[in-house]
Amino acid sequence: MADKVIYATYDDEQVLLKGAKDLVSKGIYIRDVYSPFPIHGLDPIIGVKHTRIAITAFIYGCIGLLLAVFGMWFFMIQDWPMNIGGKPNFTLIDNLPAFVPISFEFTVLLAAHGMALTYFLRNWTLPGVKARNPYPETTDDKFVMELHLHDNHDQSEAELEEMLKATGTTRIEAR
Amino acid sequence: MDFIFTNKSKITFAIFMAIGLIALIVGMPHDAESNTRFWANILVNGFFFFGISLGTLFFLALQYATEASYLTVLKRVFEGISQYMWVGAITLIIFFAACSLHWNHIYHWMDPAATHEFVIEGTIDSAHPEYTNDATVEGAIENHHYDSIIAGKTAYLNQGFFWLRTIAYLAVWLFFVNLFRKRSLKEDQEGGTKIHFKNMVYSAIFLVFFAYTSSTASWDWLMSIDTHWFSTLFGWYVFSGIWVSAMITIVLLTLYLKSKGYLEVVNKSHMHDITKWMFAISFLWSYLWFSQFMLIWYSNIPEEVTYYMTRIEHYRGLFFGVFAVNFIMPMVILMSRDSKRSIGYALVVGIVIFIGHWLDVFLMVMPGTVGSHWHFGFLEIGTFIGFLGLFLFTVFRSLAKAPLVVKNHPFLDESKHLHI
Repeated sequence: MADKVIYATYDDEQVLLKGAKDLVSKGIYIRDVYSPFPIHGLDPIIGVKHTRIAITAFIYGCIGLLLAVFGMWFFMIQDWPMNIGGKPNFTLIDNLPAFVPISFEFTVLLAAHGMALTYFLRNWTLPGVKARNPYPETTDDKFVMELHLHDNHDQSEAELEEMLKATGTTRIEAR
Repeated sequence: MDFIFTNKSKITFAIFMAIGLIALIVGMPHDAESNTRFWANILVNGFFFFGISLGTLFFLALQYATEASYLTVLKRVFEGISQYMWVGAITLIIFFAACSLHWNHIYHWMDPAATHEFVIEGTIDSAHPEYTNDATVEGAIENHHYDSIIAGKTAYLNQGFFWLRTIAYLAVWLFFVNLFRKRSLKEDQEGGTKIHFKNMVYSAIFLVFFAYTSSTASWDWLMSIDTHWFSTLFGWYVFSGIWVSAMITIVLLTLYLKSKGYLEVVNKSHMHDITKWMFAISFLWSYLWFSQFMLIWYSNIPEEVTYYMTRIEHYRGLFFGVFAVNFIMPMVILMSRDSKRSIGYALVVGIVIFIGHWLDVFLMVMPGTVGSHWHFGFLEIGTFIGFLGLFLFTVFRSLAKAPLVVKNHPFLDESKHLHI
């Protein structure tokens, strides 16, 4: 059986929030919610996990730091010792204060770019990719809840639509 | 629920103060060297704890000026800490008076021998030689202790102007401590938004005054110890130090009060926010510490590097160790969201960097005063414990005087529902 998706549209995010709470308490699994802005308190209700992007940012930052220190050690000390202002140029540790600003910049550069690219790749929002938003008006003033029949085996399509109607939705569409 | 200053805590803090008093009596000056060590200790502790109350007052004013709602439930804690400023100001004034009376030579520029070109020959062997800048005075001969660099700074660094500035800073800061406290208690009774909106104006005036005077006070009180040396970043560095010390104290005190069952309205989100402040201002402090260090290290100009030469020569491990701990420990441990919300992590990091920032003040004062003869003896540790007892006694006493959570503040309800 092919999966069927039910979209329920709401005019108000508080109505959606209350509806989501009711549905989840009845054991319904809500796959996703489309909204023009973040709805405060929605994530724990529909079971969205905490983002792990901070962890990736930390890892990218560490890579940036290591690359910067390694690069400066190689360019400024190992390959061709540079004498700038008569500063000691034979060991990394003697020159470390001069390298700190660049290490910092490179750490931030890699952390920020790595984080942004990871975000775009993970969400697959790349240039030329078609938008996967079922209702463009969710970028304006509408809120849409997405339910999959596969996720909710205990209920039939009609039952689900009945439950959604009780939460005050303005439109229900199954695709 | 009102805070009760129990007899048990009173006795504990009294014991702390007694330890401090014994340390001060044992370390009482009996020769020139212990003179400097004794008074330098008073300055380290006097300034550190005064700085905590000043930093807290600044943070409170910042809340008013930005109309921030999220920490309204903690307002009484801020007020309680800033009330220590009265006691802190007295300790500082005792110290400055001792300097003015030449009981110590912590501020070289206060010594007339350094700032006068000539000395009257007849008085040179007496206890108080007479100095003059006028070569035509009878009996005037060249003064060997004359220091042209210090003499060149007498327009700013002279006793009259120094006292004028010090009294002005303390008077205005204390005025605002009192003003905010009084208005806050009045708001509890009256309610409404009139007091709230007027507080915004007062705090803006305070912040402008504080922006200038926090810098000049740090020049007067701390930078002028190394009279030859100067750094334009010093004021900011000291300011970030007192700010982060204030945030650490707020975190630790809030954790203590919560552990005793007070401040039930303070939830995990509030803890997250104040720990985040502690985390963030640690970075500000590290940034300014390093900026000052790196620019001076790079340009390598003799008159500038003297400050760091003394520190690296005689305090090497401590000097770099304090920086490393105060920077790396909050960064690594408090970076994640979960650790900011956990009591254990905030407590451990808070206690360690509290001592770390006390050592930072120690490193601002000691190299220019006792130099290579520094110790960590009973005097240093005892004085710290004594001042800690005095600080906590004052803070707890003022916490007990008013309800621990404000009433009738327009943002109170919003703050209670903080959720991040």
